[in-house]
Amino acid sequence: MAISYIGVGFLLIIGLLMVPVTMILGKFFRPSKFEISKLEPYECGIEVKDSPKGRISVHFYIVAVVFLIFDVETVFLFPWAVAFDKLGLFGFIEVGIFLLLLIVAYIYAYFKGALRWEE
Amino acid sequence: MVNILIPAIIKIVVVLGVLLTAVAYTTLAERKISAYLQDRYGPNRVGPFGLFQPVADGIKFFFKEDITPKRVFRVTYYLAPMCTLIPALITFAVIPFGESVSLNGTSYRLWIAENMDLGLVYLLAVSSLGVYGIILAGLSSNNKYSLLGSLRSVNQVVSYEIALGLGILPIAISCGGFNLDEIVRAQEKGIWFVVPHFVAFLIFLVAIFAETNRLPFDLPEGESELVGGYHTEYSGLRFAMFFMGEYANMITASALIVILFFGGWSLTFIKYEIFGSILAAILSVLVFCAKVAFFVFFFIWVRWTLPRFRYDQVMNLMWARLLPAGFLYLLIVGLFYFLLE
Repeated sequence: MAISYIGVGFLLIIGLLMVPVTMILGKFFRPSKFEISKLEPYECGIEVKDSPKGRISVHFYIVAVVFLIFDVETVFLFPWAVAFDKLGLFGFIEVGIFLLLLIVAYIYAYFKGALRWEE
Repeated sequence: MVNILIPAIIKIVVVLGVLLTAVAYTTLAERKISAYLQDRYGPNRVGPFGLFQPVADGIKFFFKEDITPKRVFRVTYYLAPMCTLIPALITFAVIPFGESVSLNGTSYRLWIAENMDLGLVYLLAVSSLGVYGIILAGLSSNNKYSLLGSLRSVNQVVSYEIALGLGILPIAISCGGFNLDEIVRAQEKGIWFVVPHFVAFLIFLVAIFAETNRLPFDLPEGESELVGGYHTEYSGLRFAMFFMGEYANMITASALIVILFFGGWSLTFIKYEIFGSILAAILSVLVFCAKVAFFVFFFIWVRWTLPRFRYDQVMNLMWARLLPAGFLYLLIVGLFYFLLE
Protein backbone atom coordinates (compact mmCIF):
# COMPACT_ATOMS: atom_id res chain seq x y z
CA MET A 1 0.00 0.00 0.00
CA ALA A 2 2.57 2.56 1.13
CA ILE A 3 4.77 1.54 -1.80
CA SER A 4 2.34 3.06 -4.25
CA TYR A 5 2.55 6.40 -2.50
CA ILE A 6 6.35 6.26 -2.63
CA GLY A 7 6.06 5.99 -6.42
CA VAL A 8 3.71 8.97 -6.49
CA GLY A 9 6.11 10.89 -4.26
CA PHE A 10 9.00 10.25 -6.63
CA LEU A 11 6.93 11.33 -9.57
CA LEU A 12 5.94 14.50 -7.73
CA ILE A 13 9.58 15.32 -7.00
CA ILE A 14 10.57 14.71 -10.62
CA GLY A 15 7.68 16.89 -11.78
CA LEU A 16 8.62 19.65 -9.34
CA LEU A 17 12.24 19.56 -10.53
CA MET A 18 11.39 19.32 -14.21
CA VAL A 19 9.76 22.72 -14.53
CA PRO A 20 12.54 24.90 -13.00
CA VAL A 21 15.25 22.84 -14.68
CA THR A 22 13.79 23.32 -18.17
CA MET A 23 13.25 27.01 -17.44
CA ILE A 24 16.87 27.45 -16.34
CA LEU A 25 18.20 25.38 -19.25
CA GLY A 26 16.13 27.44 -21.63
CA LYS A 27 17.75 30.60 -20.30
CA PHE A 28 20.96 29.71 -22.17
CA PHE A 29 19.16 29.43 -25.49
CA ARG A 30 16.41 31.96 -25.60
CA PRO A 31 16.95 35.58 -26.58
CA SER A 32 16.00 38.39 -24.27
CA LYS A 33 15.63 41.69 -26.07
CA PHE A 34 14.09 44.50 -24.10
CA GLU A 35 11.30 46.36 -25.82
CA ILE A 36 8.80 48.45 -23.97
CA SER A 37 5.80 47.50 -26.09
CA LYS A 38 6.43 43.81 -25.52
CA LEU A 39 5.56 44.31 -21.87
CA GLU A 40 2.10 45.71 -22.55
CA PRO A 41 -0.82 43.35 -21.87
CA TYR A 42 -2.21 41.81 -25.04
CA GLU A 43 -5.01 43.90 -26.50
CA CYS A 44 -5.21 43.42 -30.29
CA GLY A 45 -2.79 46.25 -30.91
CA ILE A 46 -4.59 49.13 -29.21
CA GLU A 47 -3.44 50.66 -25.96
CA VAL A 48 -4.91 49.34 -22.74
CA LYS A 49 -7.08 51.91 -21.02
CA ASP A 50 -8.47 50.33 -17.89
CA SER A 51 -7.49 47.65 -15.42
CA PRO A 52 -8.97 44.21 -16.08
CA LYS A 53 -10.00 43.85 -12.47
CA GLY A 54 -13.47 45.24 -12.77
CA ARG A 55 -16.70 43.80 -11.51
CA ILE A 56 -17.41 40.14 -11.93
CA SER A 57 -20.87 38.69 -12.50
CA VAL A 58 -22.47 37.42 -9.30
CA HIS A 59 -23.37 34.16 -11.08
CA PHE A 60 -19.84 32.89 -10.66
CA TYR A 61 -20.16 33.28 -6.92
CA ILE A 62 -23.53 31.53 -6.77
CA VAL A 63 -22.23 28.63 -8.81
CA ALA A 64 -19.27 28.34 -6.44
CA VAL A 65 -21.60 28.12 -3.43
CA VAL A 66 -23.93 25.61 -5.09
CA PHE A 67 -20.89 23.61 -6.15
CA LEU A 68 -19.73 23.41 -2.53
CA ILE A 69 -23.07 21.94 -1.46
CA PHE A 70 -23.35 19.37 -4.22
CA ASP A 71 -19.71 18.36 -4.33
CA VAL A 72 -19.60 17.71 -0.61
CA GLU A 73 -22.74 15.70 -1.15
CA THR A 74 -21.15 13.50 -3.82
CA VAL A 75 -18.16 13.05 -1.53
CA PHE A 76 -20.57 11.79 1.13
CA LEU A 77 -21.92 9.30 -1.37
CA PHE A 78 -18.47 7.81 -2.06
CA PRO A 79 -18.21 5.73 1.14
CA TRP A 80 -21.80 4.58 0.71
CA ALA A 81 -20.98 3.32 -2.79
CA VAL A 82 -17.99 1.37 -1.50
CA ALA A 83 -19.81 -0.20 1.44
CA PHE A 84 -22.98 -0.76 -0.56
CA ASP A 85 -23.11 -4.51 0.07
CA LYS A 86 -22.58 -4.25 3.81
CA LEU A 87 -25.03 -1.43 4.46
CA GLY A 88 -27.92 -3.06 2.63
CA LEU A 89 -31.46 -1.73 3.01
CA PHE A 90 -30.59 0.55 5.93
CA GLY A 91 -27.87 2.33 3.95
CA PHE A 92 -30.02 2.59 0.88
CA ILE A 93 -32.95 4.20 2.70
CA GLU A 94 -30.62 6.52 4.55
CA VAL A 95 -28.97 7.69 1.34
CA GLY A 96 -32.43 8.03 -0.18
CA ILE A 97 -33.45 10.42 2.61
CA PHE A 98 -30.16 12.28 2.28
CA LEU A 99 -30.66 12.69 -1.44
CA LEU A 100 -34.30 13.67 -0.95
CA LEU A 101 -33.30 16.57 1.30
CA LEU A 102 -30.80 17.74 -1.28
CA ILE A 103 -33.24 17.34 -4.13
CA VAL A 104 -35.67 19.60 -2.28
CA ALA A 105 -32.86 22.13 -1.90
CA TYR A 106 -32.01 21.70 -5.57
CA ILE A 107 -35.60 22.29 -6.68
CA TYR A 108 -35.75 25.40 -4.51
CA ALA A 109 -32.50 26.73 -5.95
CA TYR A 110 -33.61 25.90 -9.47
CA PHE A 111 -36.92 27.70 -9.30
CA LYS A 112 -35.32 30.60 -7.48
CA GLY A 113 -33.24 30.98 -10.63
CA ALA A 114 -29.87 30.48 -8.96
CA LEU A 115 -28.79 27.95 -11.57
CA ARG A 116 -30.11 29.77 -14.60
CA TRP A 117 -27.41 31.70 -16.36
CA GLU A 118 -29.36 34.08 -18.60
CA GLU A 119 -30.87 37.18 -17.02
CA MET B 1 14.55 -1.60 0.11
CA VAL B 2 16.74 -1.55 -3.01
CA ASN B 3 14.68 -4.13 -4.83
CA ILE B 4 11.64 -1.95 -4.22
CA LEU B 5 13.22 1.33 -5.24
CA ILE B 6 14.93 0.24 -8.46
CA PRO B 7 11.78 -1.08 -10.17
CA ALA B 8 9.91 2.00 -8.97
CA ILE B 9 12.47 4.35 -10.50
CA ILE B 10 12.66 2.40 -13.76
CA LYS B 11 8.88 2.49 -14.00
CA ILE B 12 8.73 6.23 -13.37
CA VAL B 13 11.37 6.99 -16.00
CA VAL B 14 9.73 4.77 -18.60
CA VAL B 15 6.16 5.91 -17.92
CA LEU B 16 7.11 9.58 -17.84
CA GLY B 17 9.12 9.23 -21.05
CA VAL B 18 6.30 7.45 -22.84
CA LEU B 19 3.72 9.91 -21.53
CA LEU B 20 5.68 12.97 -22.65
CA THR B 21 6.33 11.44 -26.07
CA ALA B 22 2.65 10.59 -26.32
CA VAL B 23 1.80 14.19 -25.43
CA ALA B 24 4.12 15.45 -28.18
CA TYR B 25 2.64 13.12 -30.74
CA THR B 26 -0.91 13.91 -29.66
CA THR B 27 -0.27 17.49 -30.71
CA LEU B 28 0.87 16.20 -34.09
CA ALA B 29 -2.14 13.87 -34.28
CA GLU B 30 -4.42 16.78 -33.46
CA ARG B 31 -3.01 18.85 -36.31
CA LYS B 32 -2.88 15.97 -38.79
CA ILE B 33 -6.39 14.69 -38.08
CA SER B 34 -7.80 18.21 -38.05
CA ALA B 35 -6.17 18.72 -41.42
CA TYR B 36 -7.54 15.52 -42.94
CA LEU B 37 -11.02 16.23 -41.60
CA GLN B 38 -10.88 19.59 -43.36
CA ASP B 39 -9.36 18.17 -46.53
CA ARG B 40 -5.92 19.68 -46.00
CA TYR B 41 -2.51 18.05 -45.58
CA GLY B 42 -1.42 19.36 -42.19
CA PRO B 43 2.24 19.54 -41.22
CA ASN B 44 4.23 17.54 -43.77
CA ARG B 45 7.57 19.33 -44.12
CA VAL B 46 9.60 18.06 -41.14
CA GLY B 47 10.45 14.44 -41.78
CA PRO B 48 8.22 11.91 -43.54
CA PHE B 49 4.53 12.86 -43.08
CA GLY B 50 5.69 15.56 -40.66
CA LEU B 51 6.65 12.96 -38.08
CA PHE B 52 9.40 15.12 -36.60
CA GLN B 53 7.14 18.13 -36.24
CA PRO B 54 6.82 17.76 -32.43
CA VAL B 55 10.62 17.79 -32.13
CA ALA B 56 10.79 20.96 -34.19
CA ASP B 57 8.03 22.49 -32.06
CA GLY B 58 9.92 21.62 -28.89
CA ILE B 59 13.13 23.20 -30.16
CA LYS B 60 11.22 26.28 -31.20
CA PHE B 61 9.67 26.62 -27.74
CA PHE B 62 13.17 26.49 -26.29
CA PHE B 63 14.40 29.32 -28.51
CA LYS B 64 11.45 31.62 -27.91
CA GLU B 65 11.73 34.60 -25.64
CA ASP B 66 10.06 34.34 -22.25
CA ILE B 67 8.13 37.58 -21.81
CA THR B 68 6.82 38.70 -18.44
CA PRO B 69 4.52 41.66 -19.06
CA LYS B 70 4.58 44.55 -16.65
CA ARG B 71 2.19 44.71 -13.70
CA VAL B 72 1.73 40.95 -13.54
CA PHE B 73 1.90 39.40 -10.09
CA ARG B 74 5.15 37.56 -10.59
CA VAL B 75 4.95 34.82 -7.94
CA THR B 76 1.70 33.32 -9.15
CA TYR B 77 2.49 34.15 -12.77
CA TYR B 78 5.54 31.88 -12.57
CA LEU B 79 3.76 29.30 -10.44
CA ALA B 80 0.72 28.82 -12.68
CA PRO B 81 2.28 26.71 -15.48
CA MET B 82 3.75 24.43 -12.84
CA CYS B 83 0.34 24.06 -11.19
CA THR B 84 -1.18 22.85 -14.46
CA LEU B 85 1.64 20.60 -15.61
CA ILE B 86 2.44 18.73 -12.40
CA PRO B 87 -1.07 17.45 -11.57
CA ALA B 88 -1.42 16.41 -15.20
CA LEU B 89 1.76 14.35 -14.92
CA ILE B 90 1.22 12.77 -11.53
CA THR B 91 -2.35 11.65 -12.19
CA PHE B 92 -1.00 9.15 -14.68
CA ALA B 93 0.71 7.25 -11.84
CA VAL B 94 -2.44 5.37 -10.86
CA ILE B 95 -3.51 4.37 -14.37
CA PRO B 96 -3.14 0.58 -14.66
CA PHE B 97 -2.12 -0.16 -18.22
CA GLY B 98 -1.21 -3.82 -18.44
CA GLU B 99 -0.96 -7.30 -16.96
CA SER B 100 1.77 -7.82 -14.38
CA VAL B 101 5.05 -9.42 -15.41
CA SER B 102 6.66 -12.21 -13.40
CA LEU B 103 10.45 -12.28 -13.46
CA ASN B 104 12.43 -14.77 -11.36
CA GLY B 105 9.34 -15.71 -9.41
CA THR B 106 8.39 -12.18 -8.39
CA SER B 107 5.48 -10.52 -10.06
CA TYR B 108 5.88 -6.85 -10.97
CA ARG B 109 3.02 -4.53 -11.69
CA LEU B 110 3.73 -2.25 -14.60
CA TRP B 111 2.25 1.04 -13.45
CA ILE B 112 3.76 3.36 -10.85
CA ALA B 113 1.30 3.44 -7.97
CA GLU B 114 0.58 -0.25 -7.77
CA ASN B 115 -2.60 -1.33 -6.12
CA MET B 116 -3.69 1.97 -4.65
CA ASP B 117 -7.07 1.27 -3.08
CA LEU B 118 -8.24 4.84 -3.47
CA GLY B 119 -6.89 5.16 -6.99
CA LEU B 120 -10.00 6.74 -8.43
CA VAL B 121 -10.41 9.18 -5.56
CA TYR B 122 -6.73 10.12 -5.88
CA LEU B 123 -7.26 10.73 -9.57
CA LEU B 124 -10.27 12.98 -9.01
CA ALA B 125 -8.52 14.88 -6.23
CA VAL B 126 -5.25 15.50 -8.04
CA SER B 127 -6.81 16.33 -11.39
CA SER B 128 -9.00 18.95 -9.77
CA LEU B 129 -5.83 20.61 -8.42
CA GLY B 130 -5.24 21.67 -12.01
CA VAL B 131 -7.87 24.37 -11.44
CA TYR B 132 -5.34 26.28 -9.37
CA GLY B 133 -3.03 26.66 -12.34
CA ILE B 134 -5.86 28.10 -14.41
CA ILE B 135 -7.09 30.52 -11.78
CA LEU B 136 -3.58 31.70 -10.84
CA ALA B 137 -2.73 32.30 -14.49
CA GLY B 138 -5.90 34.30 -15.05
CA LEU B 139 -5.69 36.40 -11.92
CA SER B 140 -2.00 37.25 -12.15
CA SER B 141 -1.83 38.02 -15.87
CA ASN B 142 -3.34 41.51 -15.64
CA ASN B 143 -5.20 40.96 -18.89
CA LYS B 144 -8.95 40.90 -19.24
CA TYR B 145 -8.97 38.01 -21.69
CA SER B 146 -6.96 35.90 -19.27
CA LEU B 147 -9.21 36.83 -16.41
CA LEU B 148 -12.42 36.08 -18.29
CA GLY B 149 -11.01 32.82 -19.62
CA SER B 150 -9.93 31.62 -16.23
CA LEU B 151 -13.24 32.59 -14.60
CA ARG B 152 -15.17 30.66 -17.21
CA SER B 153 -12.80 27.75 -17.01
CA VAL B 154 -12.92 27.46 -13.23
CA ASN B 155 -16.69 27.79 -13.22
CA GLN B 156 -17.06 25.07 -15.80
CA VAL B 157 -14.47 22.67 -14.39
CA VAL B 158 -15.88 23.03 -10.90
CA SER B 159 -19.46 22.47 -12.06
CA TYR B 160 -18.73 19.42 -14.14
CA GLU B 161 -16.70 17.82 -11.38
CA ILE B 162 -19.99 16.89 -9.72
CA ALA B 163 -21.14 15.16 -12.89
CA LEU B 164 -17.80 13.38 -13.03
CA GLY B 165 -18.33 12.04 -9.52
CA LEU B 166 -21.89 10.99 -10.36
CA GLY B 167 -20.66 9.13 -13.41
CA ILE B 168 -18.11 7.23 -11.34
CA LEU B 169 -20.37 6.25 -8.43
CA PRO B 170 -22.40 3.53 -10.24
CA ILE B 171 -19.09 1.87 -11.17
CA ALA B 172 -17.97 2.04 -7.55
CA ILE B 173 -21.25 0.45 -6.46
CA SER B 174 -20.91 -2.46 -8.86
CA CYS B 175 -17.20 -3.01 -8.05
CA GLY B 176 -17.30 -2.24 -4.35
CA GLY B 177 -14.25 -0.01 -4.42
CA PHE B 178 -12.14 2.61 -6.12
CA ASN B 179 -9.19 0.40 -6.97
CA LEU B 180 -8.68 0.88 -10.71
CA ASP B 181 -6.99 -2.49 -11.06
CA GLU B 182 -9.99 -4.23 -9.54
CA ILE B 183 -12.33 -2.30 -11.81
CA VAL B 184 -10.45 -3.70 -14.81
CA ARG B 185 -10.48 -7.21 -13.29
CA ALA B 186 -14.23 -7.02 -12.77
CA GLN B 187 -14.68 -6.26 -16.45
CA GLU B 188 -12.26 -8.96 -17.51
CA LYS B 189 -14.55 -11.59 -16.04
CA GLY B 190 -17.83 -10.26 -17.30
CA ILE B 191 -19.05 -7.60 -19.64
CA TRP B 192 -17.56 -4.13 -20.19
CA PHE B 193 -19.24 -1.55 -17.99
CA VAL B 194 -20.28 0.55 -20.94
CA VAL B 195 -23.16 -1.86 -21.57
CA PRO B 196 -24.81 -2.01 -18.12
CA HIS B 197 -23.85 1.58 -17.22
CA PHE B 198 -24.48 3.34 -20.49
CA VAL B 199 -26.16 6.35 -18.85
CA ALA B 200 -23.24 6.74 -16.46
CA PHE B 201 -20.92 6.52 -19.45
CA LEU B 202 -22.74 9.37 -21.22
CA ILE B 203 -22.66 11.56 -18.10
CA PHE B 204 -19.00 10.78 -17.57
CA LEU B 205 -18.11 11.43 -21.20
CA VAL B 206 -19.77 14.85 -21.25
CA ALA B 207 -18.19 15.74 -17.92
CA ILE B 208 -14.71 14.70 -18.99
CA PHE B 209 -14.96 16.80 -22.15
CA ALA B 210 -15.83 19.79 -20.00
CA GLU B 211 -13.09 19.00 -17.49
CA THR B 212 -10.41 18.92 -20.15
CA ASN B 213 -11.73 22.14 -21.73
CA ARG B 214 -12.10 20.48 -25.09
CA LEU B 215 -14.62 21.43 -27.73
CA PRO B 216 -17.61 21.69 -27.55
CA PHE B 217 -16.75 23.01 -24.09
CA ASP B 218 -13.73 25.10 -24.99
CA LEU B 219 -15.23 28.44 -23.95
CA PRO B 220 -12.32 29.15 -21.60
CA GLU B 221 -10.06 29.51 -24.59
CA GLY B 222 -12.51 30.19 -27.39
CA GLU B 223 -10.17 31.77 -29.90
CA SER B 224 -12.81 33.90 -31.52
CA GLU B 225 -13.83 35.60 -28.27
CA LEU B 226 -10.98 35.40 -25.79
CA VAL B 227 -7.75 35.26 -27.85
CA GLY B 228 -6.15 32.41 -25.93
CA GLY B 229 -8.04 32.35 -22.66
CA TYR B 230 -6.05 32.08 -19.45
CA HIS B 231 -2.70 31.59 -21.18
CA THR B 232 -2.95 34.66 -23.42
CA GLU B 233 0.03 36.36 -21.76
CA TYR B 234 2.33 33.36 -21.67
CA SER B 235 5.01 32.73 -24.24
CA GLY B 236 7.82 30.31 -24.96
CA LEU B 237 8.40 27.47 -22.53
CA ARG B 238 5.75 28.57 -20.06
CA PHE B 239 3.12 28.40 -22.77
CA ALA B 240 4.48 24.98 -23.73
CA MET B 241 3.87 23.81 -20.17
CA PHE B 242 0.20 24.78 -20.30
CA PHE B 243 -0.04 23.05 -23.62
CA MET B 244 1.62 19.87 -22.38
CA GLY B 245 -0.56 19.87 -19.29
CA GLU B 246 -3.69 20.08 -21.41
CA TYR B 247 -2.70 17.26 -23.71
CA ALA B 248 -1.52 15.08 -20.82
CA ASN B 249 -4.93 15.63 -19.24
CA MET B 250 -6.55 14.55 -22.46
CA ILE B 251 -4.54 11.33 -22.53
CA THR B 252 -5.30 10.61 -18.87
CA ALA B 253 -8.98 11.29 -19.54
CA SER B 254 -8.98 8.84 -22.45
CA ALA B 255 -7.22 6.26 -20.30
CA LEU B 256 -9.82 6.76 -17.59
CA ILE B 257 -12.70 6.26 -20.02
CA VAL B 258 -11.04 3.07 -21.24
CA ILE B 259 -10.49 1.73 -17.72
CA LEU B 260 -13.89 2.57 -16.31
CA PHE B 261 -16.10 1.67 -19.23
CA PHE B 262 -14.16 -0.23 -21.88
CA GLY B 263 -12.42 -2.89 -19.87
CA GLY B 264 -8.91 -1.45 -19.62
CA TRP B 265 -6.55 -3.83 -21.36
CA SER B 266 -9.01 -6.71 -21.40
CA LEU B 267 -10.37 -8.23 -24.57
CA THR B 268 -13.46 -10.14 -23.60
CA PHE B 269 -12.96 -13.21 -25.75
CA ILE B 270 -9.18 -13.52 -25.55
CA LYS B 271 -7.62 -14.51 -22.24
CA TYR B 272 -4.03 -13.37 -21.79
CA GLU B 273 -3.03 -16.41 -19.73
CA ILE B 274 -2.46 -18.48 -22.85
CA PHE B 275 0.44 -16.30 -24.03
CA GLY B 276 2.82 -16.63 -21.10
CA SER B 277 3.77 -13.81 -18.77
CA ILE B 278 5.96 -11.48 -20.81
CA LEU B 279 4.10 -11.73 -24.11
CA ALA B 280 0.83 -11.29 -22.26
CA ALA B 281 2.12 -8.10 -20.63
CA ILE B 282 3.30 -6.66 -23.94
CA LEU B 283 0.05 -7.55 -25.67
CA SER B 284 -2.08 -6.11 -22.88
CA VAL B 285 -0.14 -2.83 -22.94
CA LEU B 286 -0.55 -2.64 -26.71
CA VAL B 287 -4.29 -3.28 -26.47
CA PHE B 288 -4.60 -0.60 -23.82
CA CYS B 289 -2.63 1.89 -25.92
CA ALA B 290 -4.80 1.17 -28.93
CA LYS B 291 -7.97 1.81 -26.95
CA VAL B 292 -6.57 5.04 -25.50
CA ALA B 293 -5.46 6.13 -28.97
CA PHE B 294 -8.98 5.59 -30.22
CA PHE B 295 -10.39 7.85 -27.53
CA VAL B 296 -7.77 10.52 -28.18
CA PHE B 297 -8.89 10.33 -31.80
CA PHE B 298 -12.47 10.60 -30.58
CA PHE B 299 -11.62 13.83 -28.69
CA ILE B 300 -10.17 15.31 -31.89
CA TRP B 301 -13.02 14.01 -34.01
CA VAL B 302 -15.60 15.67 -31.76
CA ARG B 303 -13.66 18.92 -31.97
CA TRP B 304 -14.33 19.17 -35.70
CA THR B 305 -17.87 17.83 -35.53
CA LEU B 306 -19.67 19.91 -32.91
CA PRO B 307 -19.74 23.69 -32.70
CA ARG B 308 -19.00 25.49 -29.45
CA PHE B 309 -21.82 25.90 -26.93
CA ARG B 310 -23.03 29.22 -25.64
CA TYR B 311 -22.08 29.79 -22.03
CA ASP B 312 -25.61 29.60 -20.62
CA GLN B 313 -26.10 26.35 -22.52
CA VAL B 314 -23.00 24.91 -20.85
CA MET B 315 -24.28 25.85 -17.42
CA ASN B 316 -27.84 24.67 -18.10
CA LEU B 317 -26.60 21.35 -19.43
CA MET B 318 -24.83 20.76 -16.15
CA TRP B 319 -27.24 22.08 -13.58
CA ALA B 320 -30.57 21.32 -15.25
CA ARG B 321 -29.77 18.10 -17.11
CA LEU B 322 -26.73 16.17 -15.94
CA LEU B 323 -27.16 16.73 -12.22
CA PRO B 324 -30.76 15.42 -11.90
CA ALA B 325 -30.04 12.68 -14.43
CA GLY B 326 -26.97 11.61 -12.45
CA PHE B 327 -28.84 11.46 -9.15
CA LEU B 328 -31.74 9.61 -10.67
CA TYR B 329 -29.48 7.07 -12.33
CA LEU B 330 -27.57 6.58 -9.10
CA LEU B 331 -30.77 5.82 -7.22
CA ILE B 332 -31.91 3.43 -9.93
CA VAL B 333 -28.57 1.61 -9.88
CA GLY B 334 -28.69 1.43 -6.09
CA LEU B 335 -32.23 0.03 -6.15
CA PHE B 336 -31.34 -2.44 -8.87
CA TYR B 337 -28.29 -3.82 -7.07
CA PHE B 338 -30.25 -3.93 -3.86
CA LEU B 339 -33.03 -6.01 -5.42
CA LEU B 340 -30.46 -8.22 -7.10
CA GLU B 341 -29.08 -9.41 -3.79
